[in-house]
Amino acid sequence: MKFVLASLPFLALIIGMFFANRTNPMILGMPFIMFWTVLWVVLSTVVMFIIYKTDPKNQRGDAE
Amino acid sequence: MNSALLVILIFLLVSLYLGIRARRGKQMNLEQWATGGRSFGTLFVFLLSAGEIYTTFTFLGGSGWAYGKGGPTLYILWYGSLAYVLSYWLLPAIWRYAKEHKLLSQSDFFAKKYNSPALGVLVSIIGIIAMIPYLVLQLKGLGSIVSIASYGSISSGVAIWIGVIAVTIYTTISGVHGTAWTSVMKDALVLAVVVFLGIYLPVHYFGGFSDMFHAIDQAKPGFLALPHQGMSVYWFISTVLLTALGFYTWPHSFAASFTAKNEKTFRRNAVIFPLYQLILLFVFFAGFAAILTVKPALEGAATDNALLVLSIESFPHWFVGVIGAAGLLCALVPGSLLLMSASTMISKNLFKVFKPTANETQVANVAKYLVPVVSLIALYFTFNGGQTIVALLLMGYSMVTQFFPAIVFSFMKNNPISKAGAFAGIVAGELVVSYVTITNQTVATLLPFMPQAVKDLNTGIIAMVLNLIVTFAVSAFTRDRQKSVEMAA
Repeated sequence: MKFVLASLPFLALIIGMFFANRTNPMILGMPFIMFWTVLWVVLSTVVMFIIYKTDPKNQRGDAE
Repeated sequence: MNSALLVILIFLLVSLYLGIRARRGKQMNLEQWATGGRSFGTLFVFLLSAGEIYTTFTFLGGSGWAYGKGGPTLYILWYGSLAYVLSYWLLPAIWRYAKEHKLLSQSDFFAKKYNSPALGVLVSIIGIIAMIPYLVLQLKGLGSIVSIASYGSISSGVAIWIGVIAVTIYTTISGVHGTAWTSVMKDALVLAVVVFLGIYLPVHYFGGFSDMFHAIDQAKPGFLALPHQGMSVYWFISTVLLTALGFYTWPHSFAASFTAKNEKTFRRNAVIFPLYQLILLFVFFAGFAAILTVKPALEGAATDNALLVLSIESFPHWFVGVIGAAGLLCALVPGSLLLMSASTMISKNLFKVFKPTANETQVANVAKYLVPVVSLIALYFTFNGGQTIVALLLMGYSMVTQFFPAIVFSFMKNNPISKAGAFAGIVAGELVVSYVTITNQTVATLLPFMPQAVKDLNTGIIAMVLNLIVTFAVSAFTRDRQKSVEMAA
């Protein structure tokens, strides 16, 4: 499951870029390709947050 | 002395003070010096890794690419994000192994994992060849930032000497503790400066982001997206993937991970880092803002100065000084990591291998005395290297990326790669990289019959493919021999 999640940003690049390589429509004031990039930078953090929270390894304290 | 130069000088002195003070209360053996005694918490590990995001290359190069190349610049944001996703699994594994075996350098890792000091020597030599141009590029960046931001009141050469003396002093004295403390100031300053510039410049000159991008799109149609050939989508994807793999294979980034107190730190950083990287977007914004405003237009290598040139036109002297100081720190922090990693590798993985009788104190002292030596070598190439240095840096990137297979496969339960396989694969990869760089080949010139999509691929792909083929071929061969020996026995 976590590897499926982690692969999403890679797919957004490898497949997504073929569709996202365009200037228009501009979204949030940015060219579409830039918006797509920013969107996936943010979603990478979201994906990693979910993985972090569900990973039992992080439930223990800092002492290791 | 004008106020800009004064501000830069004050920041330099404060970082020198912080860097030296960082030593307080530490017994400086090699483990303290090179890995901070593996005691750093989330913030320091975070800032040391962030040193990789904001080097002078991103500060000047990021805005310069936005100014000169447009859409392709976005690859910088992608490779970082993907590398951080990988880091969630990669860095804890590296850290655990390093702690268990008390490793101090990346070469230690190879020597131990593959039980081969010879592999450690090979990796050290390649690592040093790759790191010197990286260091030189930081110094050249430092020179142009300080000289432009001080309105030419100090020459680039003098600025480089002063910067190098400062970084050499605190690196020799405090090691990675000095790097960590100066990076606190660096990230705070860079964050504030970059976000301000990235918002102020577009709003001031165009009225807003949307207006700026519309104006650019009108003046240069297609500039904001990727072109059909050359830096096309195929170039983009292959470059992002290769660069993401090479992100942690740099000896200094690899060894920076040894400083952490626990492995949870890396997983936490993997969450925050992609978002933190967005600050680079503001660097790009500043570069885009320069496109229609800087007249006459900058060309060639001068495009790297887009951000500084526009800043000089837009702000009072003292604030240009603050921007210059931010740029200066962008050179010092990675510079000190590079100096330290190179010195540790030369001492521990070359000197100690050829003089096995050397004790720990001697190895530690040699490492520290090597810092000024490496600095002088970097200075030599800075002043005598010419333009080839950028080509060498690109070669350096491709070179360290060749370490990736041998690192990753070594974490599998049964490492499919043998000692000889790792050695041969890396050598094969490096030979391709060197040949391609020195003869200036691209996939298009090597394989002219291929379709455009293949021609646009990053040349590093060829080296990586050949590396993998040789690695597995040699591994299969050497493994079979080992097994047959076992069976015969």
